[in-house]
Amino acid sequence: MTDTVDTEVAEAPAAVEIEKRYGHPVTYSRGQQVIHVPREQWRAAAEELFEDNWTMLVDITAVDFLNFKPARSLPDGITPERFEVVASFVRFDNGARLRMRAQVPADDPRIDSLYAQYPGCDYQERETYDMFGIEFDGHPDLSRILMPEEWVGHPLRKDFAQGVIPVQFKAPQEGSNR
Amino acid sequence: MTVTPDVEPEDVIEDGQALGVDPVLRQPDPEGGQLDRLPRRDAVLRMSEVQAAEQEFAPLADENDQTMLVNMGPSHPSTHGVLRLMLEMDGETVRRSKPVIGYLHTGMEKTGESLTFMQGSTNVTRMDYAAPLFNELVFSLATEKLLDVEIPERATWIRMLMCEMNRIASHLLFMATNGMDLGAVSMMIYGWREREQVLRFLEKVTGLRMNHNYIRPGGVAADLPDGWRDDVLQLLEMLPPRLEEYDVLMTGQPIWRERLQGVGTLSPDEALALSITGPVLRSTGIARDIRKDEPYLAYDQVDFDVLVGTYGDSYDCYAIRLNEIRESIRIVHQILDQMPKGDYRVQDTKVTPPPRARIDESMEALIHHFKIFTEGFKVPEGEVYVAVESPRGELGCYLVSDGSPTPYRMHIRAPSLVNLQSLPHKMADGLVADAVASISSVDPIMGEVDR
Repeated sequence: MTDTVDTEVAEAPAAVEIEKRYGHPVTYSRGQQVIHVPREQWRAAAEELFEDNWTMLVDITAVDFLNFKPARSLPDGITPERFEVVASFVRFDNGARLRMRAQVPADDPRIDSLYAQYPGCDYQERETYDMFGIEFDGHPDLSRILMPEEWVGHPLRKDFAQGVIPVQFKAPQEGSNR
Repeated sequence: MTVTPDVEPEDVIEDGQALGVDPVLRQPDPEGGQLDRLPRRDAVLRMSEVQAAEQEFAPLADENDQTMLVNMGPSHPSTHGVLRLMLEMDGETVRRSKPVIGYLHTGMEKTGESLTFMQGSTNVTRMDYAAPLFNELVFSLATEKLLDVEIPERATWIRMLMCEMNRIASHLLFMATNGMDLGAVSMMIYGWREREQVLRFLEKVTGLRMNHNYIRPGGVAADLPDGWRDDVLQLLEMLPPRLEEYDVLMTGQPIWRERLQGVGTLSPDEALALSITGPVLRSTGIARDIRKDEPYLAYDQVDFDVLVGTYGDSYDCYAIRLNEIRESIRIVHQILDQMPKGDYRVQDTKVTPPPRARIDESMEALIHHFKIFTEGFKVPEGEVYVAVESPRGELGCYLVSDGSPTPYRMHIRAPSLVNLQSLPHKMADGLVADAVASISSVDPIMGEVDR
């Protein structure tokens, strides 16, 4: 076991190349490529990846860093915010993977939807909206997907307590024989 | 029948504006490819559940062309659990549809944030309950990647053996339910019968028929029991003749072929755009298998073929899964030949509890055992995404650790959830009876869809 530091700006030629090509800082997390994109350029970056034959957007999710204890290690020029949206891309021609991360502030939780380039993000963006309350601009049907539509709050936020929400079943009617 | 007054019928069909589609969202393909129909037919009837419930009838395209909203599920025998579908019906034909999910949502990702890495595998194993070992595997691989530990060779091969057995069991379950959905009821009994034999082997090794918690960070829970080799050989001998029987019963049978061929087709472009993975993607002709493309465990040391279809229809999905059982049998034969000797879990005292016998003789071992089970082991800060090929497609695990014994965030990329997006495309402009074939060929496990 090593006390690996999450983010080291790598010197490997591949990283330099990706950094040069997309113009965003690249870091390595346990050997996996991560590209840090400002929130405003989220869709533009995805467009570039799409043009560059990244075949599939396999996964999109978010992390709430509200009570994350250690110092966040992000490359220079990226300010840590409460939320982070994470998208994973894969290309089929050489099996490479790339993770795209963007910081989303708590007071304005919104980011562009990648639906235009990768329609496969539909359900997972809805899930992220449902669980974190991050709005995806340009998503055609941004509604709750797992929780009931009238649900208040976003369960995977760190300030959403666990186990204090009463189960939403109706109490048996007075006088019913159950 | 009434028309909602504020909806102009032409708009609805022309560009879907009345139902909330942004027309600039996706420009039509300049080549006029198949992708420009995505937003119109895509995973959503662009109405929320509430709006749809208020609406007695879907907006009309034409006075003479009347459609109706029909609700299928969530308790419907052929929706594989609690999947609900909103279907826009034009007579017997399905036009647009929207899967409505969440009936089985139990907040397992939230639960995962309060369980230690050591307890985590017992949580994730309950997601895809037809292939639980894959969930444990992907969680363990992600944790090990964060820990930066190398697991012993024997543990790797045991994991491979168990996963391939689980893949066989899962595909046999598909054979059973697929047959049942389409009226081949004897196939249901056959599929369950064979699956039971495989589950018996899994039970002998792990102690449970499902939700095993057998693959854990650092290795596996226990070594293979005495006589495992004979049990596996017996299974490998039993299965091939049974699969031939399936061929006679279904594959070559004209009724079965007519029922499935050309039903629920998906084009390769659509499948890629919708992030579909697994047998459904392979049925469209794209040879994508993570075991082959990004080998994990020791899949680079065994020989197997990636099976692809041609038409992307339900028949291809069926045939691919049937033959993947044969490929798995081939892999298991090679695993039997190459199974190494050695430890079944890593001998890193930070991750592994001391053996039971040591606890009786050493106070330190007792304390160590106590600490590791009450606190768990600390995992260095970082984030990883690891993916494996589950029987349903790419199963991924995204883990964020803050250096404590519990994951800060645990996210599972569920193939069933993403593959469900293909349903509106597979079912569009088909008969409602064929919709059942489409659902069945996607093979969604609702426990994994909702998590």
